Amino acid sequence: MLSIGQHNGKLTGLVSRFGRPLARPENGNGPVVTESRPAAAGGVEPVHSSKTLAQFLSMVFARPAAELVDLGPVIGSNVAFLGERVGCKIHVEDLYRDIERHAREGTLDQFGEFLGTRFPARARSADAVLCWDVFDYLAPPAAAVLADKVKRMLRPHGLMLAFFGARASDDARYTRFCIEDESHLRARYYPSACTRRWVLQNRDINFLFAGLEIFDSLLLKSGVREILFRKPL
Amino acid sequence: MNEELASIGKSIVINGELSGSEDLTIEGRVDGKIELRDHVLTVGPNGRIKAQVSAKAVVVLGQVTGNLIATEKVDIKENGSVEGDIVSPRVAIADGSHFRGSIDMQKKDQSSSVERPHSTFKAEKPEAKASVPAASVTNDYARV
Repeated sequence: MLSIGQHNGKLTGLVSRFGRPLARPENGNGPVVTESRPAAAGGVEPVHSSKTLAQFLSMVFARPAAELVDLGPVIGSNVAFLGERVGCKIHVEDLYRDIERHAREGTLDQFGEFLGTRFPARARSADAVLCWDVFDYLAPPAAAVLADKVKRMLRPHGLMLAFFGARASDDARYTRFCIEDESHLRARYYPSACTRRWVLQNRDINFLFAGLEIFDSLLLKSGVREILFRKPL
Repeated sequence: MNEELASIGKSIVINGELSGSEDLTIEGRVDGKIELRDHVLTVGPNGRIKAQVSAKAVVVLGQVTGNLIATEKVDIKENGSVEGDIVSPRVAIADGSHFRGSIDMQKKDQSSSVERPHSTFKAEKPEAKASVPAASVTNDYARV
């Protein structure tokens, strides 16, 4: 995953597979360190490592002319990364925008019905779906509709990456997940009118995504569960 | 020589096919089809387009509904909005812009090519038990 370059007899630094240097301690030893920088709004933008992202990208890369559906907001750097480096076609379907609109209009209880009309003609059309943490914002009926849509959308051996919060929160913000490199994500926050977070237990997740295999599942120290699903043949 | 730039003003509405061999800025409204094969189309902040667009490069500061095909680059600036599919080898999307649709950055002759950059990517299999990641940053994890 990481390589240590050598130049003039000195270690020149950690370089990702994509040749992009990663942050590291000043003394040059030890693991890559957390990089937090002030955000435009005065907050911080934490970077965290993601083992499942690396697996997801590797497996998408292995599929020629892969088609990827991103359920998050459009992020220029992610588009460049996924399009130029991973080499896939990207479909941007910003569900957070739809959630925000329903939250502002007070119609979140109808979001499941709305999702029923979303993604027309997309059955078995996607090699991969990036859900990010969208399920944390969905009431159980809407989550069931979306999970069903994603399952239909995926081609055999198609992949789905999703993050699930394990703690209740009333944070009035969404997270933009910016891909820093193949195994690191930078979180950028932006305001949200949807303050309710749903915490899905493992049994809920298993029930929602029945029919998909769990390829890998990691529980992060932050409480977030990263789960990589794969549709069987 | 003082070269004048072609532009379509705010109050102009065009329905139909628009083609040309020079760069063009649109501040008005165009519904139909736009072809500027070797030139740059700029949709200004007041521009409203419902059209299929083919150009060398497309810069969007206004609103576009329709598919964009650019041989060099599509650049959606802050407050620019595109709803449609983009085919271009380079796409830049600024924070604060809106986009909904698909983006295809692969050259046609590259779609099924075996040789792709960064071919060091390899499919990984989950390990039997949790291990310390090579790049342990904020999140220690346990495989569950």
